[in-house]
Amino acid sequence: MLWLLFFLVTAIHAELCQPGAENAFKVRLSIRTALGDKAYAWDTNEEYLFKAMVAFSMRKVPNREATEISHVLLCNVTQRVSFWFVVTDPSKNHTLPAVEVQSAIRMNRNRINNAFSLNDQTLEFLKIPSTLAPPTDPSVPIWIIIFGVIFCIVIVAITLLILSGIRQRRRKNKEPPEVDDTEDKCENMITVENGIPCDPLDMKGGHINEAFMTEDERLTPL
Amino acid sequence: MEKARPLWANPLQFVFACISYAVGLGNVWRFPYLCQMYGGGSFLVPYIIMLIVEGMPLLYLELAVGQRMRQGSIGAFRTISPYLSGVGVASVVVSFFLAMYYNVINAWAFWYLFHSFQDPLPWSVCPLNGNRTGYDEECEKASSTQYFWYRKTLNISPSIQENGSVQWEPALCLLLAWLVVYLCILRGTESTGKMEQLANPKAWINAATQIFFSLGLGFGSLIAFASYNEPSSNCQKHAIIVSLINSSTSIFASIVTFSIYGFKATFNYENCLRKVSLLLTNTFDLEDGFLTASNLEQVKGYLASAYPSKYSEVFPHIKNCSLESELDTAVQGTGLAFIVYTEAIKNMEVSQLWSVLYFFMLLMLGIGSMLGNTAAILTPLTDSKIISSHLPKEAISGLVCLISCAIGMVFTTEAGNYWFDIFNDYAATLSLLLIVLVETIAVCYVYGLRRFESDLKAMTGRALSWYWKVMWAGVSPLLIVGLFVFYLSDYILTGTLKYQAWEASQGQLVTKDYPAYALAAIGLLVASSTMCIPLVALGIFVLRRLKTGDAAPVA
Repeated sequence: MLWLLFFLVTAIHAELCQPGAENAFKVRLSIRTALGDKAYAWDTNEEYLFKAMVAFSMRKVPNREATEISHVLLCNVTQRVSFWFVVTDPSKNHTLPAVEVQSAIRMNRNRINNAFSLNDQTLEFLKIPSTLAPPTDPSVPIWIIIFGVIFCIVIVAITLLILSGIRQRRRKNKEPPEVDDTEDKCENMITVENGIPCDPLDMKGGHINEAFMTEDERLTPL
Repeated sequence: MEKARPLWANPLQFVFACISYAVGLGNVWRFPYLCQMYGGGSFLVPYIIMLIVEGMPLLYLELAVGQRMRQGSIGAFRTISPYLSGVGVASVVVSFFLAMYYNVINAWAFWYLFHSFQDPLPWSVCPLNGNRTGYDEECEKASSTQYFWYRKTLNISPSIQENGSVQWEPALCLLLAWLVVYLCILRGTESTGKMEQLANPKAWINAATQIFFSLGLGFGSLIAFASYNEPSSNCQKHAIIVSLINSSTSIFASIVTFSIYGFKATFNYENCLRKVSLLLTNTFDLEDGFLTASNLEQVKGYLASAYPSKYSEVFPHIKNCSLESELDTAVQGTGLAFIVYTEAIKNMEVSQLWSVLYFFMLLMLGIGSMLGNTAAILTPLTDSKIISSHLPKEAISGLVCLISCAIGMVFTTEAGNYWFDIFNDYAATLSLLLIVLVETIAVCYVYGLRRFESDLKAMTGRALSWYWKVMWAGVSPLLIVGLFVFYLSDYILTGTLKYQAWEASQGQLVTKDYPAYALAAIGLLVASSTMCIPLVALGIFVLRRLKTGDAAPVA
């Protein structure tokens, strides 16, 4: 008689927790990927811890503070490691709605991960998406600050160069044109014939022979 | 009487200006790609042969023309023959097109440089999606570096037809890039100095093309630079030095780029294996860590026989991972510089430092080439008496920069990258070949090779070696004609031109056809520079005929 009851209970439990059952979730762990050499083996004690964590998460939901570890059912454990779980109500006849379980797990995802030394990628709850941490966004994007600095430097440099160019040109215009000595005159003039410049003398190497008088000075000015 | 032409303070300054102009982004992102595609080290053979037979002679020719004529490209060719001033005009037009689109690359380099001062680097992580349950979908399908390039930098539209609006972030960076260029060219020449598969015929053609464009022939920049030289400077030595340094920079850059290729290939291959293993592990609930690279094939075979139905379900999702196929996919151009390199950098230690250094290098290369380019445009303008008498040098430079910047805003729209590719592929290629061909023929046959030779001897005091004479008069023009014919026939045979568009939903590039107006734009680009040569010649001919009784002989 007792055996029959036992079988009945396990049968009912088996019906509640099945792959693809209503309100059931599949969990996948990648312990070796996460921990490498320090990986622990998945045994019934770890399963007990898992049940405890799920029960803990459900107890945080209002109206579900009475959830016990025995209300969490695990089934179909594979060597992957993966398994399915459901959470039943105190009567153990019905499973709790998926939405509630989902939100409870999402709220406490961090604690569950830490209990197993895993993270969101290595401890996966299929169909329960995890909330990802957004990257920190400063109020003013950094690139604009650097852009602003370089922009101002370039504008200042351009203004300085333009102003100095204008000043140079004004100074050149102010000099009276007759005060060129003959050497400067020769350097600035390059005779052009047929559009091809003639450079009879390399001006930098040549000397002006002052023994020869220039045309202007031969005739005494009036 | 002409005012004295400004001169380079010393020959070294001139050499550095030429090197800075010639050594550009093409050395970093085009040459390694060509090496990869045409047999690695063996590509060096056609490359070096073309360097000696085509690159050095033409470079020497351009420098010699500039030094002899002492004017920018328009004036230099007007001196040779007034009918040929169209060549100079064509050079300026091509340089103008280049200036418009090339500075966009500097804008992108600035963008990445400014974003390198963050931890973590913004292209190393994907942003989260709307309800924070996962990563952005486009970023998942592609990779975080591709997402940052296509979405955050370009905000690219799915096709060239969808124009979108001007994106203010790249527009600001473009403005800054032009301001920097203006700052450098403001004072003129004095400031620019400080700051360029053997049996496979395609390998040879690409080697010839690469040498040609890598040295920057035909834009008029080299003529402009050389026109500020002392007449007696040894331009033969300079030509050889510049071309050798340009080539060794290319080869050096390839060494680095090949290691990046290898890294990317290994990374992708291992990623692919990991994804396949995970898929199989999850589907068949195998033990975690059981599947490794070595037993993958065996296990696949076992699973296929043991669970045939389940395996056939999951089979379409299993990719065949192969290191060879990863190595075969070489990347060139902006994809290499901004996606592959950033991918490598994000996985290094102290990635911010490497990122800053890398983009700073890109900027130096890009701005160096831009300075040469703007010199090509400004020198003829400042040489022309009409313009320089009305406006000071600073105003002319400012005007050129402003116009180029305004037109360059087209490349910051959402479809801007597609227009950039059009300009990159078609603005300079055919036109330059024609320009350099006409240049060579002009100097050798219109001006006269013997006359040019005696001019050079009088100028520099050194006799012209027979090698240069043979190259200028015969070999190089023939090579250029060959290249020209090849490219023309290639364009004609391939029919409609296609482009690569970024498909956000799939997270990868798809090939699409150009619409009619884009094809018209391409035709206009090529025609507007090449037609300058015959049109100006015709115009001058007509003008001469109209002047009654003025039969001025050709100079």
